[in-house]
Amino acid sequence: MGQYISRRSVHGLVSLIGLLILVFFLSRLTGDPTNLFLPLDASVETRQEFAERHGFNDPLLVQFGRYIGDLAQFDFGTSLRQQRPAMDAALEAFPTTLKLAAVTMFLAISLALIVGALAAYRPGGRFDRTASVISLAGASAPDFWVAIVGILVFAVSLRWLPTSGTGTWLHWIMPITVLLIRPFGLLVQVVRGTMISALSSAYVKTARAKGVKERVIIFVHALRNSTLPVITVAGDQAAAIVNGAVIVETIFGWPGIGRLMIDSIIQRDFAIVQATVLLTAVAIFVMNIVIDVAYAVLDPRIRHN
Amino acid sequence: MAEAPYRHLLEVRDLTVEFHTSVGTIRAVDGISYHVDRGETLAILGESGSGKSVEAAAILNLIDTPPGYITGGEILYHGEDLLQMSAEQRREINGRQIAMIFQDTLAHLNPVYSVGWQIAETFRAHNQCSPSEAETRAIELLGRVGIPDPQMRAGQYPHQFSGGQRQRVMIAMALALEPDLLIADEPTTALDVTVQAQILDLLKRLQTEEGMGVVLITHDLGVAADMADRIAVMHSGKIVEQGTVEQVFRDPQHSYTQRLMNAIPGRVEDPDHEAPDIEAAPPLLQVHDVVKHYEVTSGLLRRSTGQVVRAVDGVTFDLAAGETLGVVGESGSGKSTLGRTILRLEEPTGGTITYRSHDLLALSGADLLAFRRKVQVVFQDPYSSLNPRMSVAAIVSEPWSIHRDVVPRREWNDRVIDLLERVGLQPDHARRYPHQFSGGQRQRIAIARALALQPELIVCDEAVSALDVSIQAQVIELLAELRDEMGLAYIFIAHDLHVVEHFADRVLVMQAGRIVEQGTSAQIFAAPKHSYTQALLAASPVPDPAVQAERRRNSLTPAIAS
Repeated sequence: MGQYISRRSVHGLVSLIGLLILVFFLSRLTGDPTNLFLPLDASVETRQEFAERHGFNDPLLVQFGRYIGDLAQFDFGTSLRQQRPAMDAALEAFPTTLKLAAVTMFLAISLALIVGALAAYRPGGRFDRTASVISLAGASAPDFWVAIVGILVFAVSLRWLPTSGTGTWLHWIMPITVLLIRPFGLLVQVVRGTMISALSSAYVKTARAKGVKERVIIFVHALRNSTLPVITVAGDQAAAIVNGAVIVETIFGWPGIGRLMIDSIIQRDFAIVQATVLLTAVAIFVMNIVIDVAYAVLDPRIRHN
Repeated sequence: MAEAPYRHLLEVRDLTVEFHTSVGTIRAVDGISYHVDRGETLAILGESGSGKSVEAAAILNLIDTPPGYITGGEILYHGEDLLQMSAEQRREINGRQIAMIFQDTLAHLNPVYSVGWQIAETFRAHNQCSPSEAETRAIELLGRVGIPDPQMRAGQYPHQFSGGQRQRVMIAMALALEPDLLIADEPTTALDVTVQAQILDLLKRLQTEEGMGVVLITHDLGVAADMADRIAVMHSGKIVEQGTVEQVFRDPQHSYTQRLMNAIPGRVEDPDHEAPDIEAAPPLLQVHDVVKHYEVTSGLLRRSTGQVVRAVDGVTFDLAAGETLGVVGESGSGKSTLGRTILRLEEPTGGTITYRSHDLLALSGADLLAFRRKVQVVFQDPYSSLNPRMSVAAIVSEPWSIHRDVVPRREWNDRVIDLLERVGLQPDHARRYPHQFSGGQRQRIAIARALALQPELIVCDEAVSALDVSIQAQVIELLAELRDEMGLAYIFIAHDLHVVEHFADRVLVMQAGRIVEQGTSAQIFAAPKHSYTQALLAASPVPDPAVQAERRRNSLTPAIAS
């Protein structure tokens, strides 16, 4: 088990390093921040001095070496725009996104497990057909559109909910609902599919021959065997939200990591871009290890291999 | 449970089960009637598709609806019709009064729960005792069915048990609440003969202790002869013959039963065939001291742990052109690895293999391709060894697209039809796809594919093991015919001794990677010298109730740990 985790950690570390390299060079492709930061009429000397001070004149490899050197000392760079350590800004925004992701995924997984399992119990039945239509629609609905229509209906026309920002629990309803729709739809489809095959499996037959109650067959025998693919898809969806639900955070003015990231890209605030990417990458890396551990806990065949 | 006044423990009357499929309604069980009494074993004998398993599923309400529907008849348990009861009443009977054990134990045990938990569940499902007592009793049961160290094993999972042990677990689970009736659906089919003998022993002993009625569903005449008091023969959903075991074996009335009795595999009458003289000519294939070891690795860098699995451990033999060599052994004996090594699908760890005095292991490129043309293979599973998306014509002609000089493309169609006719199929089968054929027909397609390159040697790796007995006999007959016509040599790998008895010229018996005995078929079967060969022969039930009864009296069944 320990060995299993350490092997996964090494794999994760290698991809993390690759990601750092990629982000560093790709963000430099967006252009020189000097022109964005200084007023249009700034003199050539001022520009020269600004670039010199922030090291933008050095060759890229030198800049990269400096970045890695700083990283080793847990210095993640200073934000040009905010004039404070980039990691502080990233860490400030991150919990808001994490909370949003946690609540959304918790609701999506619980609802999907119940709806998917019940739909699978009688495939083709009325409940199954209704659930299939709703989940398919959910899985394919464009979230920006749902978000805008939601604001139009519930905030502008009905005035039940605030349009954007944070503060009260009412502020949570629309972002969560919009974020929920796609993972919920996808997960219902996955749960339904795996549950149908689990319920027609041989071990369920054995359980029936033993006289086990149907409730136990569905929720103990079949559901546990169906959770592995569900966890995989749920992890994928959770990663997408942690990575910054960019569109939803922007539309609802949610001060999370996604909005911070998109703002800093537009402003060429490289230090913050790099800090946010690093932070979310580490978070996703940790989450993947948790998922691997969950696999091993749920399936003894993985544990013993 | 008190003895009910009704005459029979279980009586099935005119039971009919239909399946509604896209091609119409199929009557899987067609008005069958039989009965079982306490302490008695009824064997329901039939080949695949005869409806015998569907019939068993009906007793326990295990038929999936849709597509299956019970459209007629009664299933009387102590005189009460199960089919009139509510689902809840039937659930209470399942596991407590009627229990069932299944064939494929790996699939039939839940992979994610410990076996102790799964056995204890039988108690929990019927609220028989407290959860902690259920666990204690599960451990007792494991000990009773012969699992060593039950306390520790109860916490382990199905994949950590061998096939024979899993069947013991299954039996423990079924017998937990001392049912009146046990339904055993092919309980030993996937097991090695020596393990099969132990499981049958166990069932027989427990039946005597508990006085259960047993319905034993099997396709194996030997198992039926060994275990049954009475036999019902099922064919195409109907019971065509019923009687005591002596009646059915000694004097079968129905033509199907007679055919079944005559189809015992290995009984190939092949007077044209003469065993080639191994001494006369240089051998076709020489295998010398071949070793195949697998290293056990672990850790981050997959370092060797120093442990090795000796799959093949120093095997030496010669094969003459046109000779049929049977390689027999139980699972784990290394017989399939040996076959794969000869085909160069695995590289041996040591030893030499010479084919027509060429060093096989040194071949590469064009030479290896030429060798592959001469040596072909037929695998066990005719369902997975044919590509489901290729037509039969494409499957059979594929070798010619690899070996381009054998048959010019314009002759492909004619040659495919030739080959299909030669293996007993129809010319119009060429356009069909594998799923449209039965298991036996698919194996014929695989043989046609192997013949396409006019090989000198065909390695048959358990080529008939997945087939019904009557089909086995047909396929072996076909192989024997082809041998005489084309002078083919075979390496025929099998776990079933009786399959090779009359077909092979010589037999190698393998155990744990080594050859423990070799000789002509006549020698091996008439006078086995090695104790393992003797044990194998003794453990394999013969389809003769008198012989089996005699064996049971003498308790010849060997006790080899599974």
